[in-house]
Amino acid sequence: MVASQLPDAVQGPGPVDVVLNVNGATHVVRLEPRVSLLDCLRDHMNLTGAKKGCNQGACGACTVWVDKRRVVACLTLAIACEGREITTIEGMAENGTLHPMQKAFLSEDAFQCGYCTPGQIMSAVALLAEGHAGSDAEIGEWMSGNICRCAAYPNIRTAIRDVRDGVGGVGRATR
Amino acid sequence: MTTAIGRPLDRVDGHAKVTGAGRYSAEIALPGLAHAVLVTSRIPSGRVELIDTYDAERAEGVLAVLHHLNLPKGGSVPPLLPSLFGAAASGQTFFPMQDEVIHYAGQHLAMVVAETLDQAEHAARLVRITYQETASITTVEQGRDRAYEAEKIFAGFIPGRIARGDVAAALDRAPVTVENSYYCAANHHNPIECSATTAVWEGDRLTLYDATQGPNATLHTVAELLNVMPSHIRVVTNYVGGSFGCKAMIWDHPALAALAARAVHRPVRLALSREQMFSSVGHREEQEQRLTLGADRDGRLTAIRHHKLSPTSHFDDWAEPSLGVASQIYACPNYEGVYNLIKANTMTPTFTRCPGEASGMFVMETAMDELAEKLDLDPLELRLRNYAETEPMTGHPWSSKGLRDCYRRGAELARWSERDPRPGTRRDGNWLLGWGMASSGYPVTPPGNPQRARARIFADGSAVVQSSFSDIGTGAATAMTQVAADGLGVPLERMRIQYGDSDLPNTAAAVGSAGAGMVSAAVHIAATALRDQLIAQAVADEHSPLHGADPRQVVVSDGRMALRDRPATGETYAELLQRAFMADAEALGTWNPPGMDTPYGTMTFGAQFAQVAVDPDLGLCRVRQLIGVFDPGRVLNRKTAHSQLMGGMLWGMSHALLEGTIMGPDGRWANASLGEYLVPVNADAPDVLIETIETTDTVVNPLGVKGVGEVGMVGTAAAIANAVWHATGRRHHKLPITIESLL
Amino acid sequence: MRPVSYSRVSDVATAIATVAADPTSAYLAGGTTKIDMLRIYAEPSQRLVDINSLPIDHIEVQPDGAVRIGGLARMNDVALAPVVVDRFPMLSEALLLGASAQLRNMASMGGNMLQRVRCSYFRDAEASCNKRAPGTGCSALAGVNRGHAVLGTSPHCIATHPSDAAVALVALDAMIHVQNSGGHHAIAIDDFFLLPGDTPEREHPLNHGDLITAIEVPALPAARNSLYLKVRDRESYEFALASAACALTVTDGVVAEVRLALGGVATKPWRARRAEQVLRGAPATRETFARAAAAEMADAVPQPMNAFKIELAQRTMIRALETLTARGEAP
Repeated sequence: MVASQLPDAVQGPGPVDVVLNVNGATHVVRLEPRVSLLDCLRDHMNLTGAKKGCNQGACGACTVWVDKRRVVACLTLAIACEGREITTIEGMAENGTLHPMQKAFLSEDAFQCGYCTPGQIMSAVALLAEGHAGSDAEIGEWMSGNICRCAAYPNIRTAIRDVRDGVGGVGRATR
Repeated sequence: MTTAIGRPLDRVDGHAKVTGAGRYSAEIALPGLAHAVLVTSRIPSGRVELIDTYDAERAEGVLAVLHHLNLPKGGSVPPLLPSLFGAAASGQTFFPMQDEVIHYAGQHLAMVVAETLDQAEHAARLVRITYQETASITTVEQGRDRAYEAEKIFAGFIPGRIARGDVAAALDRAPVTVENSYYCAANHHNPIECSATTAVWEGDRLTLYDATQGPNATLHTVAELLNVMPSHIRVVTNYVGGSFGCKAMIWDHPALAALAARAVHRPVRLALSREQMFSSVGHREEQEQRLTLGADRDGRLTAIRHHKLSPTSHFDDWAEPSLGVASQIYACPNYEGVYNLIKANTMTPTFTRCPGEASGMFVMETAMDELAEKLDLDPLELRLRNYAETEPMTGHPWSSKGLRDCYRRGAELARWSERDPRPGTRRDGNWLLGWGMASSGYPVTPPGNPQRARARIFADGSAVVQSSFSDIGTGAATAMTQVAADGLGVPLERMRIQYGDSDLPNTAAAVGSAGAGMVSAAVHIAATALRDQLIAQAVADEHSPLHGADPRQVVVSDGRMALRDRPATGETYAELLQRAFMADAEALGTWNPPGMDTPYGTMTFGAQFAQVAVDPDLGLCRVRQLIGVFDPGRVLNRKTAHSQLMGGMLWGMSHALLEGTIMGPDGRWANASLGEYLVPVNADAPDVLIETIETTDTVVNPLGVKGVGEVGMVGTAAAIANAVWHATGRRHHKLPITIESLL
Repeated sequence: MRPVSYSRVSDVATAIATVAADPTSAYLAGGTTKIDMLRIYAEPSQRLVDINSLPIDHIEVQPDGAVRIGGLARMNDVALAPVVVDRFPMLSEALLLGASAQLRNMASMGGNMLQRVRCSYFRDAEASCNKRAPGTGCSALAGVNRGHAVLGTSPHCIATHPSDAAVALVALDAMIHVQNSGGHHAIAIDDFFLLPGDTPEREHPLNHGDLITAIEVPALPAARNSLYLKVRDRESYEFALASAACALTVTDGVVAEVRLALGGVATKPWRARRAEQVLRGAPATRETFARAAAAEMADAVPQPMNAFKIELAQRTMIRALETLTARGEAP
């Protein structure tokens, strides 16, 4: 057998110090390895923008980015994110200025209760970067991992189109 | 003067929502917060023989394991009363963990409290319960032969049988009849935010952060359940992640959270899991309806017989009022409606968006389409021939009715006149295309108690209006800001609304599409009272340019009072207050709603048109367009109102094609997850075209607001089912319409 | 979730040695199945060995035209790789029609092969289930079984295999490359997925510690004219009620080459060999397609709620074949 490296030290099952980079800042959080990235953000870091809707990857309310890719935080262990770059809705506005997608969601009324909204926005911004916003059908398909029970879907598509086409902030007000 | 009302203002809570800064009820950070997790019954009927908490109590981090043997008993369970009455509003007259009896699967049997959520969830798995199971009934099919005619349903407000004229004779004479049985699967609300309560005791005072449609409903219900003085409870509801009825009544978890917090002497958060949302907060009951229409050869209805059969709980006679709007939408001299119930091992069903109107109007509007087909009449023409000029059950005039305009405008938008009436004649590749339509109606119901708001203006001219209502995503906070700004006559940017707190002036729960109407009444009255008070002060103030003026001739705009015909004469509120060394001024507004017995029919109406594509080989049905035109009275905010109507219509689409909770033979809901209880995803949702026809209504409330929260869903399922018929030639009497029924 | 311990490994040999040495351990890749299973107590691991840093996530074209997909390549990356899109459209489509964009960013190809069934009784840790707790019985037989299988079932288990990608890979005769402490071996995908029979708990021939390092898709020119057709209630983000992966070459109106596999209706990704046999050399007509589809479903065993799947699967096959025939005829 090929000589193998030793595995990293076994951590847990009790609490261990986990070093996480969230929205550009480094945090040390004391966590059991079983804690999901979602519960870590919400309960241990007081970042409640990522929402819990199903805790089983069936709603997308917990969508965040890990290394700039959108993932569901409920099926991600926080400890597995050490050394990775985590971005949440709290990291989207810069110096208090909303991201164009946040502005577009506001002006197009792309939400009602607002609970799925952070996940929708994290998906929507990623969607544009991925290049999957070519048509309404493509936007619809690639946004289908984020359930909006208020069913603001048509307005979500409009908001994404606005940002894609650089016409953010127009809104339905003018119609 | 109206400048803000009606404008498509962005949501005032929008910034908090798009940045993730808004705190929902399970997101309140508190020092020492502990987490509670519920343990639920696996069986639908029987008793707990043994509850073994040994391992759970010794698990890491566990602070308490509470169940029927050690949970402190409190007060009494209040009666089931819709939260629109503004009093205690128990979702069912049963409180768990008081004895060992099990009435339904998912019943709360124990509660584990631990330091962290993971610890509490794990320990909950370690609670071992031994059951003694007894026979159960959980479905219409199982309980059919035990059905009984209800004396009353809906908390006693609706009689189990309503009759008018002579239906049997009219049906005998009717040259044309349509008779069918219909079935609607059970539904669960599934807002994306699961219900949650965070409870904090400070001495004998209790604060609850609760996801509720009515902070006061939570307050009164918990007060009675725990036998705590209402004056000692405060309920805070800053943000609610959707409700759709499951947070309209108050279930046991807020009180359980409070009991857990008392037991461990720490703040406790109790958040239901998604699976628990299927057996903790009610549901829309499974139901069978049988409808017989009799008509003359011109299509005029002569008789309606409408019977419903559905399961309810052991404790309460509940059925959603499916016969209501269906009995009011068309003129017809003879009518008979009956609610039959089955006592079953389920929770008490509850309000689910469009409670009754959606299911009943699916039935009525599908039958009307079949009647049109039989008579070889255009479906829209048939509806016009049966247009109810007065409220059919009472003969009262309508407070307002724009349905004829809705039909006309909707038909125009849908190019209805170009529709070939023959089914199965249009194709797009593998897809058969069809258009269908239906009428919408949703009652306007006044709250049961006075609604209040307080308006306060500061010496710099900025103002705040306070009222206790919660905004569950309707846009109420935004609309109320507009109402308040107009009422007081200040610009929007100087007006703030404060809401979602039972310490603020009392309102009933925002349910039944009544929120905008009733809260706007209180806010309008408070704001105009403050305006009038300040005008009175100005005309009485000899230093004011308005001194001695007739107050009725003073108008306010942009925070400045001026004479109507000489706008140059006037002063700002700020000038008036500062001169008088007043830091602020305030006024309380109270709206005493009309009784339920006003001599008017009150309803929001609409017309819906749907285009569907059906792939008959693969059994697929996709909705390509929805068009809805509604008459909601005054629209407070065009943007948020349209969003609500759109959401309602997409709920109707979902009701038609996707949603159904399936009761397993083990008496448990078999698809209790968002993976298996299907709600639409983005790709399912077509573009929705909404228009509103503003009608003036001087009866329902001061601003003439009839409501938009639910009417959007009424009739959508029928419009879609009728479009499926138009596409394929096949009728569907069962919801949801699934692949197997389309093959 | 039960308490778990965690370690991260960065080379394959260490990963295998670590997991092989501890029977309570398991690999953690994308986590979309593993974390879900742990949270619902449907799987007993106490130690997770994070393999996400292993260098087995590449997609490589072999000299013979085969494509080798690393076990840790993510679903979205495979689906969008130009070589997969060009040469194996059915695989690209099957991947993109699965799960959601977020889950596809996470889920690995190896994990996709090992994903667990969606049967609600399997997922309910306290229900009787022969797959999760051998010998306790199958609750689905008398339960809610609309989504369950009609092909390859046994009296012990009727759970549908959930993967879409595996259906395409079965049609493509992929090889599953496995490494363990004894070395490396490859398993033909047909031998990889096991029927439930008397041992529904055994879903594949892997032993504890075996690691899927790669999936090799052999060159198949006919696969350029291929598709994955998925039928489900919802337009997206749902498992299949019936699906077909199909590649077809029609020469002079006769089926020259065909690959056909079914998803959503069987206890494993189902290669439709009977249908292929009927099709090969037969005229490419709707009549042939119907006959082939009927032959494939001849032995199907329906449950009370899912008899419609027998018809639906046939129509899905026919539609897939007709679509590819039309495409092949297009100039």
